[in-house]
Amino acid sequence: MNIFIYCEITEEKQIAEVSLELLSKGRKLANHLGVKLEAIVLTDKAEAVLSRINDFGVDVIHLAEDTAFFPYRTLPHFQLVKAIFEHEQPEIALFGATSVGRDLAPRVASALRCGLTADCTSLEIGNHIDSKTNTEYKDLLYQIRPAFGGNIIATIINPETRPQMATVREGVMKLEEVAQKKTAEVKFIDMSKYLNPEDFAVEIVERHIEAQKVNLKAANIIVAGGYGVGSKENFGLLYDLAAVLGGEVAATRAAVDAGYCEHERQVGQTGVTVRPKLYIGCGISGAVQHRAGMDQAAKIISINTDPNAPLHAIADYAITGDLTEILLKMITNLTRKIIKQKK
Amino acid sequence: MRILVLAKQVPDTRNVGKDAMKADGTVNRAALPAIFNPDDLCALEMALKAKDRLKNAEVFVITMGPARAAEIIRESIYRGADKGFLLTDRKFSGSDTLATSYAISQAVKYLQPDLIFCGLQAIDGDTAQVGPQIAEKLTFPQITYAEELIEIDNKSIVVKRRLERGVETVKSPLPALVTVHGSAHTCRARKAKRVMLYKHARTISEMQDDNVESFRATSLQSKRPYLLIEEWDAGFINADDKFLGLAGSPTKVKKIDNVVFAQKANKALTSSDTDIEQLIVELFESRVVG
Repeated sequence: MNIFIYCEITEEKQIAEVSLELLSKGRKLANHLGVKLEAIVLTDKAEAVLSRINDFGVDVIHLAEDTAFFPYRTLPHFQLVKAIFEHEQPEIALFGATSVGRDLAPRVASALRCGLTADCTSLEIGNHIDSKTNTEYKDLLYQIRPAFGGNIIATIINPETRPQMATVREGVMKLEEVAQKKTAEVKFIDMSKYLNPEDFAVEIVERHIEAQKVNLKAANIIVAGGYGVGSKENFGLLYDLAAVLGGEVAATRAAVDAGYCEHERQVGQTGVTVRPKLYIGCGISGAVQHRAGMDQAAKIISINTDPNAPLHAIADYAITGDLTEILLKMITNLTRKIIKQKK
Repeated sequence: MRILVLAKQVPDTRNVGKDAMKADGTVNRAALPAIFNPDDLCALEMALKAKDRLKNAEVFVITMGPARAAEIIRESIYRGADKGFLLTDRKFSGSDTLATSYAISQAVKYLQPDLIFCGLQAIDGDTAQVGPQIAEKLTFPQITYAEELIEIDNKSIVVKRRLERGVETVKSPLPALVTVHGSAHTCRARKAKRVMLYKHARTISEMQDDNVESFRATSLQSKRPYLLIEEWDAGFINADDKFLGLAGSPTKVKKIDNVVFAQKANKALTSSDTDIEQLIVELFESRVVG
């Protein structure tokens, strides 16, 4: 009947940011429903992560510590998560919508024959009345996600099956530590009860995982480019402006697909969701899928040759004109002011 | 060795033009062309590559959908698949990923493959759930996010996976299910010879729907039985109705909304020196910059 968060472990043996975001959201949902928040941690080095979990007001940690769990492989994690869910009967179970969460959660949902919603961007609690049977369901998890290529937003519910499972996109939930840390009760899982030799059949031959180079979520100022920037070379001006402002460069999917910018910098439904203080959109028409990943920015500047670009409509400043000319003027003007300020 | 590809015909949600959105903001599905799901084309290519490297391998394709979905079976055969099966029944409609994976896994059990390839996800749902759910129902190991086939023999497969921050190479014994990421090679082109040979391949329903062609197609198929695309319904695959369609789907759509963004009363500026100057001054004043 409680809320369970599967905590993903990063390359650096820390809890993944998306999992911390889910612990934050999970704490709020648990308070709302008056239930406990429980975390699942399967790793080879637990000591490094347990204290961090206490920052999020977790009540119980289900822990298994063994080299079998790192790096992630589907079957050992699947067997343990399935066993924990069968035993604990969670009300809600959340996973990050990452290559780990999207590999693991569907297999678990299939085994438990319960509903799973992928890539949620919002979670709420609400009631539901089934119009056919006139049955009322109280306090269901509304799993809200973009659908149909991001052109519409669907609210999905699982009235009958438990747990109500969802994977949630990184960056859409705010990371918020609780005011008062508390030490969670740790329950050790006897893994030998659940794992069989065939669960180790898939072996990892080789891995090349790079450290994260850019952290768009942490950037206060983002200078983003779309297909309208025109070339990889033209993106250079965006980097110049970002350097002057102390910000990061981001891109739309169209710009990434065209090879102007690396995928790591993609903002939008299939990239990162960001909430910077200032977002400068350059040559971005503003497809729904992109706007959904940045519309929470405190201030938005849109630069486009097309006065009717959808991004203009949600911008605080809509500049219509030639991108190169505008960027150069902004860079010169800003540099002058910043130098003056320093004097 | 028998290799199976799971493919889906999808509306082309990536090219939603203005006429594809109705005035009320809902999607006009009829205005969207039906295409071969892009990731599934990558899966077909990986299956054909596996076949190239093995002796005596055959590639079968299964798709679930309405009669029209036979189009992608023909397309697969033109590109090198040996045979296709259409899983079609009104009982399947309204299926979520769990009900879909149940139906497909029942069909897969009939074919007893050694290896299954499917796209990571379909562009109309983007869930990436059906592959792992089928693997679970068959108790096959799964390899998701596959980008490149490294090695294949009769007992095992080695695949490179594309993860957020890098790549990982894994080896799995067979049978196994592999879901293929869109960054993998897309599928080889049609072969003219195969198009000539299979262009009259039809399902029974297609022959019934198309009366003009019906007689010709039937007589052709009696001479060339390989032109019949088999259609399987819920009864044929021994599916239990309570796990199919809406009844077998634990997730329900409560509502559909348009994507709404808060419109702002914005300042319209030009590229003039005064406008840019004013913008920068305001950014400093509001302490967004500086």
